[in-house]
Amino acid sequence: MSDQTHMNGEHDIAPGDEEQHSVGERIVGYVVGLGLALLLTATSFFIAGTDLVWQPSIPVALIVLAIAQMGVHLVFFLHITTGPDNTNNVLALAFGLLVVFLVVGGTVWIMGHLNQNMPPMDQFIRMHS
Amino acid sequence: MAMTATIGRAHADPHHIGLVVEHPGPAPKRTVTAYGFWVFLLSDIVMFSCFFAAYAVLVSQTADGPKGSEIFEQRNVAIETVCLLLSSFTCGMASIAADVRNRFWFYLGMAVTCLLGVIFLVIEFREFADLVSRGYGPSRSAFLTAFFSLVGCHGLHVSAGVLWLLTMMAQVFAKGFRADVLRRMMCFALFWHALDIIWVGVFSVVYLLGSGV
Repeated sequence: MSDQTHMNGEHDIAPGDEEQHSVGERIVGYVVGLGLALLLTATSFFIAGTDLVWQPSIPVALIVLAIAQMGVHLVFFLHITTGPDNTNNVLALAFGLLVVFLVVGGTVWIMGHLNQNMPPMDQFIRMHS
Repeated sequence: MAMTATIGRAHADPHHIGLVVEHPGPAPKRTVTAYGFWVFLLSDIVMFSCFFAAYAVLVSQTADGPKGSEIFEQRNVAIETVCLLLSSFTCGMASIAADVRNRFWFYLGMAVTCLLGVIFLVIEFREFADLVSRGYGPSRSAFLTAFFSLVGCHGLHVSAGVLWLLTMMAQVFAKGFRADVLRRMMCFALFWHALDIIWVGVFSVVYLLGSGV
């Protein structure tokens, strides 16, 4: 278990570590990531407050922008790549995302149906009178 | 002949799924540690997803209290977001400095990260204190309970991150860039970047989506 040889061709790479790059290249990577993230954030805040676009599209746009920004963070800050040295990291991430989508999607889906099928009593009376 | 067959297979199988490397040995400790911490971070994200789900379900249960659009201030949220984003960047600079063992840039990067984290926490704390003083505390409605638990949980993580950050600065000061200190530094950087990812979800789902409702 050596500590220093963390860039070994045969081995997986640690999450957060990059393949061998010079300091300049690594800094450029972070600068690009910061620029993209700031751009996406600014777009999100602009979209949320504007009435230039069709209003029902705003929530979808915000969610798409958020997912895009999370992708930017994963690639440029956490250095998750599709390379063979990253297989384990990506698989763990994929499993985590699966659980996240099951929890959030499942909860919103089921609770939405419950709300629809079992409305509060006053609402129920209004619906059927 | 056997050699060419192996090489041919390696090219067809870049992820080494079918290829058995003879005695590759254990992975370097840096990889093992970071991978374990990565799995912890993913489970932390799963925990946050439960808070997000609870918020999504309870967001309209205001019990005649205030709605999100009545209590959120976009300007504060924008400042908080820029603070966390910049702190993620400076944290990256500090980890590069740690890798090349440059003390000055390491301390500078970590100090700026700490400052930005503290600014974030102060703004968030003032927002919470303001809401509570107006009677909109977490016990006012189910919506506010979900809001305070989700955003507060993220704030607690940032507070823990700031404490960890100061610990890392002290350890580098006392012990230098030893291999174990560098491993901890790598885990801290992962933690801080993951917090920023969660904040992207918080400001999009809670503050921006909520301001339109």
